[in-house]
Amino acid sequence: MTATDLSLATPAVAASDNRSAPGRPVRSRGWRLVGYAALVLAAAGLLLPFYWMVVASLKTNSDVFTIPITWLPDPVVWRNYLDIWQRSDMMTWLGNTLLLSVVVTLLQVVTGSFAAYGFARVRFPGRNALFLAYVGTIAVPWQSYMIPQFILMSKLQLSNTLWSIVALQAFGAFGVFLMKQFYETIPEELSESARVDGLSEFGIYRRIMLPLSRPALASLALLTFVTTWNDYLGPLIYLRSPELRTIQLGLNTFISQYNAEYALIMTGSVLSVLPVAVIFLLGQRHFIEGIATTGLKG
Amino acid sequence: MSRNTVAGWSFILPNFVGFAVLTLLPVVVLFYVAFTNWNVFGVAEWTGTANFRRMWDDASFWTALRNTVYYTVFHIPLTLAASLGLALLLNRKLRGVRFFRTVAFFPYITSIVAIAVVWNQLFSPEYGPINALLGAVGVDNPPGWTTSSTWSMPAVIIVGTWRYMGYYMLLFLAGLQTIPAQLYEAAETDGATPWQRFVHVTLPGLRHTTFFVTVLLTIESFKVFDLILVMTGGGPGQSTLVLSQYIYQKSFEENQFGYASAVSIVLFAICFSITVIQFMVNKRRNS
Repeated sequence: MTATDLSLATPAVAASDNRSAPGRPVRSRGWRLVGYAALVLAAAGLLLPFYWMVVASLKTNSDVFTIPITWLPDPVVWRNYLDIWQRSDMMTWLGNTLLLSVVVTLLQVVTGSFAAYGFARVRFPGRNALFLAYVGTIAVPWQSYMIPQFILMSKLQLSNTLWSIVALQAFGAFGVFLMKQFYETIPEELSESARVDGLSEFGIYRRIMLPLSRPALASLALLTFVTTWNDYLGPLIYLRSPELRTIQLGLNTFISQYNAEYALIMTGSVLSVLPVAVIFLLGQRHFIEGIATTGLKG
Repeated sequence: MSRNTVAGWSFILPNFVGFAVLTLLPVVVLFYVAFTNWNVFGVAEWTGTANFRRMWDDASFWTALRNTVYYTVFHIPLTLAASLGLALLLNRKLRGVRFFRTVAFFPYITSIVAIAVVWNQLFSPEYGPINALLGAVGVDNPPGWTTSSTWSMPAVIIVGTWRYMGYYMLLFLAGLQTIPAQLYEAAETDGATPWQRFVHVTLPGLRHTTFFVTVLLTIESFKVFDLILVMTGGGPGQSTLVLSQYIYQKSFEENQFGYASAVSIVLFAICFSITVIQFMVNKRRNS
């Protein structure tokens, strides 16, 4: 299994036991060439901005925009990566973002999977109406209720604290929805026989469902982590003090402060993307699985 | 209360408390604030439909609405075509498809701020690689992109499509893999051309996925905000001002929470009715 192995995740492929060769075969040589040409072209278009980001971050400032365009940095300016730590609060921003992402992810995974079990496996009056309320809010744009939410958070004295972002992100309907979809694929008989053996609902959740749902939990954790890491509007509204800034806010203030330092701005951008990129490459199999099975994101 | 009710609620409660207070309650309160003149400092005073009447005469509101529709009308078909095209391409047995799938998904997980700043450099009218490329293929007067009020919206739409196509590509890929291979074989035996196979096997097989993707894309397009805020700030002038941003401006910058809530209700109503219409159309087509 390579690091770039995305196909395992799509359910049909995983199920068909056709792991090494997904998709339909291409017979004629001509079509294959056309296919490769299209792939290379598409990949170039998709990757160009990232290539530009990395290359510009290693250039001197005056080399970023030259005519004709230089596609390789010469000289290679590694110093940019030292300078940015001295000229910005990168450490604080990364620290805040990491803290938030980890706490939100933990809460989302724990309370989300717990609630999902209640919705998927325990029958009680009002369950469906309650679940509908959860799903319904997924379709409501956040911008349309962010104002009352902000008022409420201010009343709870949460605004301008890191807790506001935790409160905002940790109890979303998305986690509940994703985990419920997954629990429903686990055969009911499994829980039935456990009930006959005298296991409580909580026991079934902990001993049977939790171990079985590790891939789904991992996918939820990764998605939540990345969403929280990249969130811009939430921190923009709630985190007013400079020492509370997340990487997205920090980077944006840095950009407006040093708007002519093109190379350094790119260095900051690379640093803001790097942690997520690493996590994505490590866990991408689960990412794709989560999306392919539910197709939703908060 | 039965044992099941207690058990069910105890599972749901930890999440539900947060969800009810922070999501459900605000959604309900929104419908109250929209009929008041609340501005954070004073008391909320009931003003009836005054906010909505004001909106009717508010040129900036109509500009924001028009721009949002502009973004949506181009972003949806472009992203549909691009993501379906990518999915078809990456559903082939070609060397390296897995690498390409990762590449396609990568823009989706990177942050808006980084994306916006890089694309602004790429779009730079005089020194940017995009215009250099256009110049090389013989375009004499390449557009000013984010510095021009005509080209700023197309620029934003290009970046939006680039960012989201990988995500929808995955949904299409998952859909493609549910189409039985026998259908293609049968079509081939009957002598169907690749185009005929696409129209008569692939497209019908993807109906559910396409529907789902369109619903998600519509809501996502109407909500567009971060990308525009960081890339153009709504400008130049009001050329890329969208509804979400107008709500943000009116509330968090100008403290007119009542009026902003009224605009929010319009955004909510649009998203809600489009979703309902899409579901109804899909249901009728299925029956």
